[in-house]
Amino acid sequence: MANDEVVTLDDIWFHYNSTPILEGISLSIEQNDFLGIIGPNGGGKTTLLKVILGLVQPSHGKVFVLGKTPQSSRGSIGYVPQYNLFDRNFPISVWDVALMGRYSRAGLFRRYSSDDRTAALNALQTVGMLDHKDHQMGKLSGGEQQRVLIARALVSEPKLLLLDEPTASVDSTMQTEFYEFLDRLKHRMAIVLVSHDISAVSVYVDKLACLNRQLFHHGSPEIEAEVLEATYKCPVQMIAHGAVPHRVLKEH
Amino acid sequence: MIDALQSELMRDALYAGLLASVACGIIGVYVVVNRIVFISGGIAHASFGGIGLGYLAGFSPVMGAMIFTLASALGMGLVTKKTRLPEDTAVGILWAMGMALGIIFIGLAPGYAPDLFSYLFGNILTVPFSDLILMIILDLVIVAIVIAFYKEFLALSFDEEFGTVVGIPVTKLYLLLLCMIALTVVVLIRVVGIILVIALLTIPATMARQFTHDLRKMMLLAILFGAVFTFGGLLLSYEFDLASGATIILFSGTVLLLTLGLSRLRGNRHKSWNTAPSEPE
Repeated sequence: MANDEVVTLDDIWFHYNSTPILEGISLSIEQNDFLGIIGPNGGGKTTLLKVILGLVQPSHGKVFVLGKTPQSSRGSIGYVPQYNLFDRNFPISVWDVALMGRYSRAGLFRRYSSDDRTAALNALQTVGMLDHKDHQMGKLSGGEQQRVLIARALVSEPKLLLLDEPTASVDSTMQTEFYEFLDRLKHRMAIVLVSHDISAVSVYVDKLACLNRQLFHHGSPEIEAEVLEATYKCPVQMIAHGAVPHRVLKEH
Repeated sequence: MIDALQSELMRDALYAGLLASVACGIIGVYVVVNRIVFISGGIAHASFGGIGLGYLAGFSPVMGAMIFTLASALGMGLVTKKTRLPEDTAVGILWAMGMALGIIFIGLAPGYAPDLFSYLFGNILTVPFSDLILMIILDLVIVAIVIAFYKEFLALSFDEEFGTVVGIPVTKLYLLLLCMIALTVVVLIRVVGIILVIALLTIPATMARQFTHDLRKMMLLAILFGAVFTFGGLLLSYEFDLASGATIILFSGTVLLLTLGLSRLRGNRHKSWNTAPSEPE
């Protein structure tokens, strides 16, 4: 295995109630990769992230994260789950959410150290939410909450950042800013971004994977219309703007 | 009313109310923010089996209740985490089975079961001194555990999946949380009875949630509200010669509804208790 391989998936199969969700996925993610994973809803994108995190066990195949099992590498993974998964009115401050990301450093029976606090301050600064640190999570806008969740993932100084549909709650004017923010981060860590929004993703990522139970494409973000059609099982229109990268738009 | 406060009976009742407020304030906050009110109700009702067993086998019904609440807490926790059975189904089944066992045990026990009514609906005026000692010990256990695992409980309540990713033993701690609910139920049985326990677990915490978004402050406020409610309800029940447990519940429920109504009228300034999403998806 090459030294700079952050994630190695080798022939991963996953079944839920005997329905196949992932069929023979092999994929490698290298240091400083910015990989976009696109595909229709129910295509297994979130499940693939959970396999990398070790939250679900594949029925077949091998997973390595930083050369180890996902469970033992979790301290080096930053994870931004799908936004709608938590109770938005939960009584918790932005500061407590950010500190939570340092748990893997602190552990049971230990208070968060001054290093942990500094890291949380820095991460909130990075996402531009330091001024809101004493606010209640539920009082923020969707985009602001998303930034706090990203700070929580960055606070452990991960080598791999996994984002599940991060732009779902961000309005379109903020999306460009968000992708440029990720673009600056990619020199510090490998980034995997899952999205159903092909157009936005393909502009910013360095590599693209198309997933619908099987991996239809993996590599350059310039992809053929036929590949997209195979992934989405429907016609998809591509618009080339001359210079790379290509902009790809869904027709419906 | 001054006479009432000076009697030894009343003084013990106030101590019992205060000790109950500590447990229900702290654990009630977790019950409310985790939305596990139904599980808590199941644990409370399953304790009836233990009370029945106590009568039948001749040991303290409170001890029996403690065994049954702990067993049902672990049972419900494991069934919901480890099997595909829906959580509310599992809880409903164990809830009814616990009560059914209690009825069978009491039927088999010779003679009449004294105090049975006070276990079901509570009677804070008849709390024996030995139960006060037990309540102090259980309160200390609960406070110690919550201080030791505060950041873990916060993380798993907010986002269990992320908790797993950062290495928190979420299943074990969830079971521990359910066991603490079980102990709280035991503390509260003497005060309001198993049928009404659920009110003291939810009302003070929901009151507190209107005023703060910090879990620690919420717990302290919930303890305060719990104490005010039990004292107020106790005095009202004494004045009007009503059942103490039911009066405490009706008093606290009325105050809660009034404050919720007031904050609505004031233009929805306190939204924290409103759990519906505020923005359209």
